[in-house]
Amino acid sequence: MTGERADPGTPSVRRAWLDRARTSPAFWSALLLAATLIAITLANPDFARIEWRNHRLYGAPVDILQNGTPVMLLALGMTLVIATGGIDLSVGSVLAMSGAVAALLVTRCATPGPLAIAAALGVGTLIGVWNGVLVAYLRLQPIVATLVALVAVRGLALWLTDDQKVPFHEPTLEWLGNGHLLGVPVPIVLAALLALAVLLALRLTVLGLYLPAVGVNPRAARLCGLRVDWLLLFTYGFAGFCAALAGLIVAADIREADVANAGLYLELDAILAVVIGGTSLVGGRPRPIGTLCGALIMQSLTVALQMRAVVTEYALLVKALAVVLACTLQSERFFEWFRARREVRSA
Amino acid sequence: MIAIPAHLRPLLASVVALLLLYGFAAIRYYDDGFVSTRVILNLLNDNAVLGVVAVGMTFVILSGGIDLSVGAMMGLASIVIAVLVTKAGWHPLAAMIVGVGLTTTLGALMGGLIHVTGIKPFIVTLAGMFFARGLGFCIHLESLGITAPTHQTLAATRISLGSAGSLRLPAILFLGFVLVGTYVATMTRFGRGIHALGGSEEASRLMGIRPGRLRVALYALSGLCSGSAGALLTLYLSAGNHLEGVGLELDAIAAVVVGGTLLTGGVGSVIGTLVGVLIIGVILTIVTFEPDFSAGLTRVVIGGLLLIFVLIQRTLISWSSRTKNRAI
Repeated sequence: MTGERADPGTPSVRRAWLDRARTSPAFWSALLLAATLIAITLANPDFARIEWRNHRLYGAPVDILQNGTPVMLLALGMTLVIATGGIDLSVGSVLAMSGAVAALLVTRCATPGPLAIAAALGVGTLIGVWNGVLVAYLRLQPIVATLVALVAVRGLALWLTDDQKVPFHEPTLEWLGNGHLLGVPVPIVLAALLALAVLLALRLTVLGLYLPAVGVNPRAARLCGLRVDWLLLFTYGFAGFCAALAGLIVAADIREADVANAGLYLELDAILAVVIGGTSLVGGRPRPIGTLCGALIMQSLTVALQMRAVVTEYALLVKALAVVLACTLQSERFFEWFRARREVRSA
Repeated sequence: MIAIPAHLRPLLASVVALLLLYGFAAIRYYDDGFVSTRVILNLLNDNAVLGVVAVGMTFVILSGGIDLSVGAMMGLASIVIAVLVTKAGWHPLAAMIVGVGLTTTLGALMGGLIHVTGIKPFIVTLAGMFFARGLGFCIHLESLGITAPTHQTLAATRISLGSAGSLRLPAILFLGFVLVGTYVATMTRFGRGIHALGGSEEASRLMGIRPGRLRVALYALSGLCSGSAGALLTLYLSAGNHLEGVGLELDAIAAVVVGGTLLTGGVGSVIGTLVGVLIIGVILTIVTFEPDFSAGLTRVVIGGLLLIFVLIQRTLISWSSRTKNRAI
């Protein structure tokens, strides 16, 4: 370390430092998040103001956290799935389904709130496990298996609700979206707890070792005696659980289940958050912190554009460019290509 | 038993499925006039836009890639055409050329990016989808009607088959795309390169194929198809709308897979995609004959069909590899 500091001028040392920074995606995504926030604050000084009124937190950063929770939750589940070399396209549909299940149980069957919540989470987890079965036992490509669920699950939810929005009034359910715990909005608390759980599970249990093992080489993992099938079931089930929780929050926030629109295209946002966060799409080490940063970057861009009265959809252009930039920076092949070009030119 | 070549088995399964589905519907809705040339021709008329997109998607999937941007590209092309015709007073054909040119260029850019950076096609085209939707919003915020007389003449163009019904211009173009696509896929260097790339990139490189150029051309082709679909869409709607085509990429992928093209790349055909589009068309037609059938259930059926077909493909592949191993 000190040797490198003493002579930072030589190209090889500089490259070593660069390579190390480049290979630590969590660092990049945190940097990108900080840069985004600073740039937004410079443009809108009001942005960074947080207030404590009526025993509650207010301010744009709180809004970003609160509105960003659905994507953060989806992306947390997605991080683990992507670490196993898979992908889950169905999370947006599962989100819609879970909201519909809870709303229907509460309004049509007069189920008590906590039971409805448990049922919605159960349904979400079950759909996730179904995806896992298709991937682990029937050996379907994850993109196909979850594509089927993406198409079918939203269809099923539309059928269950007769293509109608389902408004509801149920205190426990609404509390999930609008309640406060010690002044902090409940969605933020839930996302933080789940993130902590994922982080601890990856750091303190073998999960952090097994998931990338499955992602990098499932055959080798199987030959090493890992229960690859069980791991996949667990991972997809967990992604379904996360999506169901996000669905409850989204439905509770507007006090109705809007199956046609809830979570539409959100699977893409979640995947992008994971990619910006530095988890490799071909499988490998999960980076939950990077994922959270990625989700927050996208949410702050949306909020910042809204504060400048720019139409939300323009954010799509910015998102597209951000994704391409983030992926290019992480791409080994691009740097090789770039280096080769430079060598050709200098020769 | 007649030996069917392994690469034709998935196509055969699709044709059988189409016949079964159509036969079922024909028996069940015979009294409602399901068995008529009009219904069959409308299968082509109503699904031409999906079909044209699916032809482009076939090539991308044959190469082992995927293009999620097609729906957004179609919407973008349609709004560009509408703005040029209505606001700038262009001739519809000139506007269509510009619209299709734009999506083709965007497709080529995506192909280049996939090659240079090695990012998965899935992510690049996802970004492309966001980009095209965002661009559509920047160009015009709402649906824009087209009232130019030349455009209406184009929209009314059809080959009349007397009392049997008629074939509209989009359907004619769709059949044209299928024919040209089949020619390109089976008879040209480009088509062989695509098949090789889908089989194995490493092997195709060793064979002297240049994957970079091929990818640029490939995604440009997909952009061309979705742009053309956008042009056809303006004929249906007499308007351009960048919000159209949400979820179209999934229908297109479903049509291609149901038509017997393997999602792993290397095996498949454009004719199969025609069959796949017809299968989806028959399902959608059945839905219109069945009053209790909601739009949601249609999605469930399409999803289930997709699953069944992928599973059939898997079994067929494992069969053929088993017989091959036995021969060795």
